[in-house]
Amino acid sequence: MYVLECNNLSKSYGSKRALERIDLQLGSGRILGLLGPNGSGKTTLIKLAEGLLQPTDGQILIGGKVPGVETKAQIAYLPDREFLPDYMTVEQLLRYYADFFQDFDMERAEMMLKNLNINKAQRMKKLSKGTKEKVQLILTMSRDAKIYILDEPIAGVDPAARDYILKTIISNYSPDSLVIICTHLIADIESVLDEVVFLKEGRVVLHRNADELREETGKNIDGLFREVFRC
Amino acid sequence: MSWTFKEGVPIYTQLIEQIKMHIARGEFSPGDQIPPVRDLAMDAGVNPNTMQRALAELEREGLLYSVRTSGRFVTEDKTKLDELQGLLAEKYIEDMFISLRKIGMNKEDIVAAVEQHAKGEK
Repeated sequence: MYVLECNNLSKSYGSKRALERIDLQLGSGRILGLLGPNGSGKTTLIKLAEGLLQPTDGQILIGGKVPGVETKAQIAYLPDREFLPDYMTVEQLLRYYADFFQDFDMERAEMMLKNLNINKAQRMKKLSKGTKEKVQLILTMSRDAKIYILDEPIAGVDPAARDYILKTIISNYSPDSLVIICTHLIADIESVLDEVVFLKEGRVVLHRNADELREETGKNIDGLFREVFRC
Repeated sequence: MSWTFKEGVPIYTQLIEQIKMHIARGEFSPGDQIPPVRDLAMDAGVNPNTMQRALAELEREGLLYSVRTSGRFVTEDKTKLDELQGLLAEKYIEDMFISLRKIGMNKEDIVAAVEQHAKGEK
């Protein structure tokens, strides 16, 4: 069974078509790049997977089930902006996550925070942008989810933080889960991807193994992306 | 360990080449256990499936072998290691020939230059 499956999935906002008849079958044990320029439908697709939006047509299934209470417990989602109450301390957020998510691994989270020397007594609002993003990533990746959806996880962080984030994603790899990284900053992350999906104007224009693409085209994924989406 | 990747070449083939270099240079010695897939993938910053694929290919070529439950090791087979050294040497020589031909040298010039260079080496 697929971890995430879209069958003829469409979504419209009024008369605007955001997703147009998407067919996608995604298995576990993969780190997938969901790649497309702004407005290509990435966030709409994520929101449908999260059950935050309803399809206009077709269906999306998480582990064979329509998004709902049960599937939400299986998806760890890292939004592309700050989403945690900034008056809370890191310590309070750990407890908050542990209360909220049964699959939250406190030990793993504390270990990662310790490795980065992040002071748990600090309030979120006192942390630098890069540290805030790391805390958010640590909270997300410390869940034992079936699907991790990371929306622009490296936008706006320095190269050292980016390396840390990529290593965290790799070290957290499990053959039982699917990691989806949504981004348009491809060059920075392409070596960790094993599959890529290109979204263009609401359609899937390509879904392939990353190394096969490099072999066939003699280009890296970033180069290919620039070609497909040339303005 | 340092890893560098070129554009437009499959990462798994580049991993195979670079691990071979690590073995040839003795950074992985014959009989040594190599780190687990995940650690190597983290070190190289690549997808664990891609690293797994590269290691499987090196196993198929006989440069690595697996011991059930304890991990992967570098071969101690002298023939295999000599063969690897020979292949890498061939590649370096080929690269050298390409570079020297570009600056207008022919085969005889190159051989003469190499002999000249060897005389000067201690």
